[in-house]
Amino acid sequence: MLTVTRLKTSLIGPIDLSLEPGSCTTVSGPSGAGKSLFLRAITDLDESAGTVSLNGRTKDDYPAPLWRKKIAYVPAESGWWAEKVRDHFVDSPDLPALLASVGLQEALSWEVSRLSTGERQRLALVRALQLDPQVLLLDEPTSALDPASVAQVEALLKTRVASGNAILLVTHDPEQPARLNAIPRRMVSGRLLQDQHQRAAQ
Amino acid sequence: MTGYQVLSYWDILAASVFLILNAVFSISLNLGLTRSLIVSALRMTVQLLLVGLILKAIFFAGSLLWTLLAAAVMVAFAGREVWARQNRRLKGLWGPGLGTAAMLIAGGLITLYGLAGPIRPDPVWSPQYALPLFGMVLGNTMTGVSLGLDTLHTALAKGRREVEAQLLLGRTRWEATRPAARQALRSGFTPIINSMAATGVVSLPGMMTGQILSGVDPQQAVKYQLLIMFLLGGSTGLGVLGATFCSLWRLTDTRHRLRLDRLSGETT
Repeated sequence: MLTVTRLKTSLIGPIDLSLEPGSCTTVSGPSGAGKSLFLRAITDLDESAGTVSLNGRTKDDYPAPLWRKKIAYVPAESGWWAEKVRDHFVDSPDLPALLASVGLQEALSWEVSRLSTGERQRLALVRALQLDPQVLLLDEPTSALDPASVAQVEALLKTRVASGNAILLVTHDPEQPARLNAIPRRMVSGRLLQDQHQRAAQ
Repeated sequence: MTGYQVLSYWDILAASVFLILNAVFSISLNLGLTRSLIVSALRMTVQLLLVGLILKAIFFAGSLLWTLLAAAVMVAFAGREVWARQNRRLKGLWGPGLGTAAMLIAGGLITLYGLAGPIRPDPVWSPQYALPLFGMVLGNTMTGVSLGLDTLHTALAKGRREVEAQLLLGRTRWEATRPAARQALRSGFTPIINSMAATGVVSLPGMMTGQILSGVDPQQAVKYQLLIMFLLGGSTGLGVLGATFCSLWRLTDTRHRLRLDRLSGETT
């Protein structure tokens, strides 16, 4: 579905990676390894060399805004440009259900300045899911959540995987890949280490 | 016209008595302002005496070339000032170039329009009209452009996360930077709006005061002042809009990325 070939920026790479529809891949590794930069390069927020393609069409075949709707990236800390939570969301019919699935059905009328870090994380995820993307790039989406909320978010992610999305998720939680049935990958010094499957095959 | 009272250099010296008195107070109260007060007063004196000489020579020569040259020097100084007043600047030639170009185009167009349209001196570029008019237009445009660019660059550098959040939701670079652009335009327009609102109530504008002092009928002076204010407003608006959107264009790219790498760090 998403194919990354020799992706390189001035700070990371080259990186090769392939995501299948209905699969989840996690990336872990020390801070500063370039995990966030990798996601930024895929979503084309940073300049990069190499190719990233979605179902056979490269990112340069798409206008950048359309690409970012198909490959939704949720950074570790999202930006909020208006005062009210409501102003950051499109009024779509699926919004109440999405908010309820992360336990924040009341949040639309709140003010952004009063949100906790964990609330911001979950709202940013909902905001991205509203785009109905094919691929989700998530940077530590559960780092500030209590265990009950982590379970809620992970359940939500599993339904997205079941419906055919591909997810690439950065995490520092060693248990999370297993809980998400994910393919675990490690990133060190701007490069992805070979995964266990490839190593076993060699 | 009823003529005007000619001033001698002794009259000027007499007028400076109170400024010198201020310096004496500053010394006796140990305010530490003496130096800067005296230096800026002397600087002003030298600058204005020189400008008087130069303007007299240019008026006397009545040459288009010298008039254009004087205008070019004014633009260069204004460009330097806009550059110096920004906390964060565009890197490379864009830094000094963008503000200067915006002022040159906006100020030049408006000045030509004012000269060829309503004022109509003979010849149209007559330095006695063109240079003071261009100076006023340039000065006001300079204030607007430097405020606009400074606000825009600070807003983008500090609001990177907010801009990128909108880009990530599939919005274009123009949509995502709209809050920053609005802030920049507002602060660029504020001085000229304020000065239009206060003109005539709080202060009599310098040019009008000058004309009245030199014997022009107040109603004529008011007409001139209105004309000038409209030209200043037009030029400031054009300059601020042009500079802000051009800088936004430079600080984003066709892949709708925010390019803060094209902006210098904070200058201290």
